[in-house]
Amino acid sequence: MTTMDMTALLLSRIQFAFTISFHIIFPAFTIGLAAWLTFLEACHLLTGEHIYRRLSDFWLKIFAVAFGLGVVSGIVMAFQFGTNWSELSRRTGPIQGPLLGYESFTAFALEAAFFGVLMFGRDRVPRWAYLVACLMVALGTSLSAFWIMVNNSWMQYPTGFSLTPDGIFVPVDWSAIIFNQAVWTRFPHMILAAYVTSAFCVAATGAWYMLRGKAVQEGRAMVAMGLRLAAILVPVQIGVGHLVGDFVHDRQPAKFAAIEGRWNDQQPASEILFAVPDPAAERNRLEVAVPYLGSIIGSLSLTSNEVGIRSFPPQDRPPIAVPFFAFRAMVGCGLLMLAIAWFGAWLSFGDRLPKARLFLAATALSFPLGFVATLTGWFTAEVGRQPWTVYGQLRTADAATPFLSTHEVAATFVLIASIYMLIFGFGVLYIYRLLRAGPVPTPAISLHGTNPSRPLSLPGASPGASRPAEIGE
Amino acid sequence: MVEFWAAVLALAILLYILLDGFDLGVGMLFPFARSEAERRRMLASIAPVWDGNETWLVVAAATLFGAFPAVFSIVLSAFYLPLFILLAGLILRGVAFEFRYKATTSRPLWDAGFVAGSYAVAFVQGTAVGAIVQGIPIAHGMFAGSAFSWASPFSLFCGLGLCIGYALMGACWMAGKSDAPLRDFCFRVLPGLVIALGVFLVAVFIWSLLLRLPVLHRWIERPVLLLCPLLGAVAFLGLIVAIRRGRDRFLFAAAAVIFVAAFATLAGSFLPYMLPFSMTIWQAASPSSSLTFLFWGAGVFVLPLTLAYTLIVYFVFRGRIVEHED
Repeated sequence: MTTMDMTALLLSRIQFAFTISFHIIFPAFTIGLAAWLTFLEACHLLTGEHIYRRLSDFWLKIFAVAFGLGVVSGIVMAFQFGTNWSELSRRTGPIQGPLLGYESFTAFALEAAFFGVLMFGRDRVPRWAYLVACLMVALGTSLSAFWIMVNNSWMQYPTGFSLTPDGIFVPVDWSAIIFNQAVWTRFPHMILAAYVTSAFCVAATGAWYMLRGKAVQEGRAMVAMGLRLAAILVPVQIGVGHLVGDFVHDRQPAKFAAIEGRWNDQQPASEILFAVPDPAAERNRLEVAVPYLGSIIGSLSLTSNEVGIRSFPPQDRPPIAVPFFAFRAMVGCGLLMLAIAWFGAWLSFGDRLPKARLFLAATALSFPLGFVATLTGWFTAEVGRQPWTVYGQLRTADAATPFLSTHEVAATFVLIASIYMLIFGFGVLYIYRLLRAGPVPTPAISLHGTNPSRPLSLPGASPGASRPAEIGE
Repeated sequence: MVEFWAAVLALAILLYILLDGFDLGVGMLFPFARSEAERRRMLASIAPVWDGNETWLVVAAATLFGAFPAVFSIVLSAFYLPLFILLAGLILRGVAFEFRYKATTSRPLWDAGFVAGSYAVAFVQGTAVGAIVQGIPIAHGMFAGSAFSWASPFSLFCGLGLCIGYALMGACWMAGKSDAPLRDFCFRVLPGLVIALGVFLVAVFIWSLLLRLPVLHRWIERPVLLLCPLLGAVAFLGLIVAIRRGRDRFLFAAAAVIFVAAFATLAGSFLPYMLPFSMTIWQAASPSSSLTFLFWGAGVFVLPLTLAYTLIVYFVFRGRIVEHED
């Protein structure tokens, strides 16, 4: 079956990794922002305080650009299943097709429809209806994430299917597929990651304003709200992350061993804090380890035997370095965020925030932490699943389009990468301009020539198609 | 259930061709506008609807993957290179609408992307139709050709033809959506486009005869199919009359009927094959457990909702573009 040349396979993997890493940045941001907007609208409706409205108007503009970039970059993902992974889509299509179909349908029906109300309906619908629209967008983005996590969890832990003689995966039990054991920790893990990421973006923006002495009232509200929320969510996230780890420990032992950097079975096992794995020699260099801790983390015991990577035949082993380092980067970001969130929340009760300029600078610089943690978490999960695309069932080498040549994949990769860089560069520039301008009162956006359903466009604070005379700074 | 999903797929593709067809056409005519004001009017005529139109491509792709994964995997891998050009084109088009107004100095860049993207998307789609009509080589449920199997003189000619057809729809749409200057522009380009499309349709028919395309046998077996080209011919004549009399409200309907007739002719000659003449809809379909699962959420709930939503958007944004001079 594997007639595909190995360079083309590797390039296909890198291409998918590139597009999906690029894509996840935006959902990671918008899932949380949608909830944040809902929260602000609810506060505004309940308290009537105008600051919530100003904050909500401001973050809506950011949300719009990020949402658009997320949709545009997501469309390529759907097509890649067929172009580069035709064997995967042919063989698991009966299961993954409907799951991803539901994701597209949910995304476009729920998010796009109510997104239109959010963008253009502020003065056209009653305030409670606007709040409901926010809630529906938040629900829609979370439901999208749910279907994606169901699909990915099925690939991590395939259940509820039978195989036909020619290798097609036929669904026999949809509830086993959807309510997959892995989903119930991995879905909250992703949602919490998005919430924490957004909370840190909000807090960092607020800290930036406080440092610049601009929009100070809004800035303080953002720092306080963002960090207090994070102070609760980050420890919960660490706990949920531990449950995800338990699942990996029980169901994907090779991935767990790679994450731990454990080459040989060990009883009791130590926990490696840092090392440089040397795959050629099948050992670690510069290892720093804590005795017993490996058994405690793995099995909550002082005596358990923990499996090493060498217990698996070489063709079934994942690469070590990526899961090992990515996992440590994720945990490192998590601990850093925990420290900032707790310290900041403590400062925010009382009047100490404005004076803590060093802390504000650290907070302002902390905005990438959530993104880095989310990305490295996904690297851990996906690279750790190798050499399988569907764990234990379908190897990545057998999932790829068998006849693709290196030239073809290289050509499309260069094309997609350059276009992504271009729109990403400009998209980030436009978000940066919006952030720099801050929450200033904006004139009502012209309603002419705008569409309540703009799933593919990038609306925002553009002067509008009918008023181009105002363009420029 | 298989028939239901085949019908959904056909509807999604037809709606996509009709709806995105005209806004791709506007993109292709965009460089021929003579002033920024004219360009703005062109964009304004499609700005409220273009992304909703492209939603139908996503619906079609999701339905294909969800209900007919075998064809999804063959078609997408067979058209590997052109598909990525199509995706790149769609992205460049999509961001241009907003970025060109946000840009301070890079507007020509986004405009160029908008135009190039429109041509690329239309050309790739036409080429794909031509290649599918000619037949995609398949072995053991997998594509069995090479990276450029899709590129034959015939398929490339079809790509050109679809560009003409979409441009025609674009001009018809704008003529019904605008007043004086842009409307005059449309009536200037329409005669040429109509002649070009007429020549293309005759040429492609003769070419099909020369290539002895298997699809022609279907027309002898199913003479009732000839009603479709007949309907198309009537619409074609109607279009010519409408152009001569300056009846701008009637133009788009006539152009749309030509496309519906062409689509029905093709679909009618393929059925029950999805890929002529190697894979039927039943061979391509997912097992019934998948189709049923998809039906109760997507079929019953989401699709009617999306249809209703499309109708509402077109209702809200009906009428001609109004100029807002600030």
